[in-house]
Amino acid sequence: MSEAIVHEAELRKDYISGKVETIYFGGGTPSLLPLEDLSKLIATFKKLFDVDPDAEITLESNPDDITAEKLAGWKEAGVNRLSIGIQSFFEEDLKWMNRAHNATQAEACIHLAHQAGFDNLTIDLIYGTPTLTDEQWKHNVDKALSLGITHLSCYALTVEAKTALADMIKKHRIEDVSADKQGHQFELLMQWMQEAGWEHYEISNFAKPGHRSRHNSSYWKGASYLGLGPSAHSFNGTSRQWNVANNALYLKSIEQNIVPFEIEQLTPEQQLNEYIMTSLRTMEGLSVPYVQLHWSDKQAEEIVRDAEKFLQHNLMEHKNDRLILTQKGKLMADGIAADLFR
Amino acid sequence: MDKIRNFCIIAHIDHGKSTLADRLLEFTKTIGERDMMNQVLDDMDLEREKGITIKSHAIQMSYEYKNSKYTLNLIDTPGHVDFSYEVSRALAACEGALLLVDATQGIQAQTISNLYLALENDLEIIPVINKIDMDGAMIPEVKDQIIDLIGCKEDEILLASGKSGIGIEEILSAVIERIPAPKGNEDAPLQAIIFDSVFNSFRGVIAYYRVYNGTIKQGDQVRFIATDAEYDADEIGVLKLGLDKRKEVKAGDVGYIITGIKNAKDVKVGDTITLVSNPGEPIQGFEEVKPMVFAGIFPVVTEDFEELRDCMDKLQLNDASLTYELETSQALGFGFRCGFLGLLHMEIIQERLEREFNQTVITTVPNVSFNAYTSRGEKIIVNNPAEMPDPTRLDRIEEPYIKAQIITLPEYIGNIMTLCLGKRGILINQSYLTTTRVELMFEMPLTEIVFDFYDKLKSQTRGYASFDYSPIGYREADIVKMDILLNGDKVDALSALIHRSRAQDFGRKLCEKLKELLPRQQFQIAIQAAIGAKVIARENISAMRKDVTAKCYGGDISRKRKLLEKQKEGKKRMRQIGNVEVPQEAFLAVLKLD
Ligand SMILES: Nc1nc2c(ncn2[C@@H]2O[C@H](COP(=O)(O)OP(=O)(O)OP(=O)(O)O)[C@@H](O)[C@H]2O)c(=O)[nH]1
Ligand SMILES: [Mg+2]
Repeated sequence: MSEAIVHEAELRKDYISGKVETIYFGGGTPSLLPLEDLSKLIATFKKLFDVDPDAEITLESNPDDITAEKLAGWKEAGVNRLSIGIQSFFEEDLKWMNRAHNATQAEACIHLAHQAGFDNLTIDLIYGTPTLTDEQWKHNVDKALSLGITHLSCYALTVEAKTALADMIKKHRIEDVSADKQGHQFELLMQWMQEAGWEHYEISNFAKPGHRSRHNSSYWKGASYLGLGPSAHSFNGTSRQWNVANNALYLKSIEQNIVPFEIEQLTPEQQLNEYIMTSLRTMEGLSVPYVQLHWSDKQAEEIVRDAEKFLQHNLMEHKNDRLILTQKGKLMADGIAADLFR
Repeated sequence: MDKIRNFCIIAHIDHGKSTLADRLLEFTKTIGERDMMNQVLDDMDLEREKGITIKSHAIQMSYEYKNSKYTLNLIDTPGHVDFSYEVSRALAACEGALLLVDATQGIQAQTISNLYLALENDLEIIPVINKIDMDGAMIPEVKDQIIDLIGCKEDEILLASGKSGIGIEEILSAVIERIPAPKGNEDAPLQAIIFDSVFNSFRGVIAYYRVYNGTIKQGDQVRFIATDAEYDADEIGVLKLGLDKRKEVKAGDVGYIITGIKNAKDVKVGDTITLVSNPGEPIQGFEEVKPMVFAGIFPVVTEDFEELRDCMDKLQLNDASLTYELETSQALGFGFRCGFLGLLHMEIIQERLEREFNQTVITTVPNVSFNAYTSRGEKIIVNNPAEMPDPTRLDRIEEPYIKAQIITLPEYIGNIMTLCLGKRGILINQSYLTTTRVELMFEMPLTEIVFDFYDKLKSQTRGYASFDYSPIGYREADIVKMDILLNGDKVDALSALIHRSRAQDFGRKLCEKLKELLPRQQFQIAIQAAIGAKVIARENISAMRKDVTAKCYGGDISRKRKLLEKQKEGKKRMRQIGNVEVPQEAFLAVLKLD
């Protein structure tokens, strides 16, 4: 697979111009990737693209894949930011979510990472599962903060249709998730993180000042990116394309020097809708002058007009020419964005 | 002309008119076996589906009797009270009527009202006891009832079954022997009264008429007197199962005319057709049908207004009893304030718009027509809550009253009294038609039967009650305008004119219903019912708890955008009242209160 990805990178080296500021190994389980493959990939990217010497290079990993040896190798290969899918420090919770790791591993891997010299660490936590009480949620967050990480992503558990989880809920083997509980735990989280002095810079992301994820932030700024491998998405500012998901098809096609993708051209309106949707999720909010500049005065005017009711109900603030969701508004980000769509 | 007979079939609803018509058509071989089906004259989809006749239907039969060939023009009429005007029109084209009475049910409310209509028109009545094949047939009792009612002799009453075909030949003989042949002069100036019209998208307006005097020929130049318009008679003929082209239609006969008129408004039912070259006098037309119930009809999508207007024009041509004028609503945009003959009529208009014209519409709270008198002595006719003057300018309001006639079994008198008195009714008469049949007469406000009266009557009497009503003028009443507010903004389309004693209960139920129908939003919605500034009921819809997706990176972005765009698209079908999005169903909520 990694050979194919190297090959794809060669085929698409002209997709992006300018400096590459971030590299992200994610989706699936890159922590299972053999070390030499990882080194080869990073080396290739550096050769093919103008990679900033200070580039943020992140690798997603699972606690049960993490060993001192691997960590050293990743470091050696150039990875400078580690994202660990901890999810919870409670056994019961991990079982409910059907995770491969246990509570001990969850904590231990963070220590190992620190020992290996990774000081830029982010972990994922999940809330709103039926087994997680508010006290346990508090414990999880406190634990994370006490372990010396710099970045935290928190997701409310969503039950995707047609998964084992959805099936078990349907058959009443396990309890369903409750929007009420999820909303409440999200509110608690916002409050705790504010007290801890962290930035709530995007709906699901918190950072110690100066430690935002540069990579994810680019998504929300509408920056261009190249995605490599099966199902990977790429974006050049006006069109988005995604590779076939099927591994075999992908491999076969790349072998024949053809990148197998589908593409979608975004209309200015769709681009604006994406801007509305992603910008509202961020701490900086939606910039009215930015809409005026890139779209039109009329669009900007209409957005401000439609936002009036949310301002009235204290879901949004209009500050320095920006529309910013309040904590209350963050719970409704989707509906509010849809309402402001053009 | 002495070989023509014009007659109609009248009866209470479901007493078997259309089924009997089937047998007559079969027996006279007007309709071949291949084309035959049950209630063949009920050719509208809606009629077949609901199993009731909505429109009168004329058809010509030929029949040989005692070695002479007769032309029999038959009109099948509807039985439902909402459509009694269809009966009165049909009567204008006839010299006689078959009055059917279901042998298991006896005389019912519309048996009596339709009989009176026929008598007013000097029609020869042939009483027929129908459905005698049924186990529950009570022939002697029903005979007594009929003799009491019309004062005929016992041997004048025919026995029949439309289902098993009993008595058909006797009915045809009676039609020929007892109903007088039409009078009139073929050579006099043409006078033909239009008693019905339909719109055909290919051929335009097709008018049905009865020729009183003169002869109409294909190619004649004709004048429609009331509308004062002249046309060429492009095609004329008589009505068989379809249109049957002829060179001429003479005095005494019933026929159709096609003139290429495309505009619905150019043909008025009740108008007289005459010849331009040799004009006759107009015949007395029909009394304008007076709508009983008014409601707004609006397009679901505001942009479809013009299309809806076009469809309303066409529908009106097929149903002259529908009246409408332009109405504007803040909530719903442009639409029409329509007058209907009753709630069934309203339901049917809405369904026809949907089926025949592909128009989905929003219908607003129905109300009757009130008279409002201002302190300065002006009289304002209020067909729409928006037209009600401000209470400070009001002297008094009058509401329409009806005389309600209910025929039932003695054991249900108690229930009916409770129901009608609870609806502000006053009992004016109670009489036994026979030992087992009671007639109750009430004076009641019409507005009380607009909402949930029929259903209650039916359930309170297990269906053993028939109901008829006629307007008896206006009386003073304490009517108020009740408004619905969403987060403080008035929803004009949900305002109602209602008796003060009903307002609280109605307001509460409406608020509850709206609570069910309005989707949660990002903020709380207050639903209030108010009379003037006074809130009489309220409900709250709490804000959504949470509406946000966790992950929004890379490919999630376009997935999510598409989802939200779809959501936005769905919202476009909702109406915006201030800050609140209101789905169409909410405007129909009032019609669905228990
Ligand atoms: N047993 C029996 N049933 C009958 C007879 N005539 C009609 N029916 C049934 O009675 C019901 C009503 O018949 P219709 O012919 O539609 O009655 P209608 O008087 O035309 O009804 P409206 O036009 O709606 O007033 C149907 O279910 C018929 O099948 C009859 O002679 N015997
Ligand atoms: Mg019928």
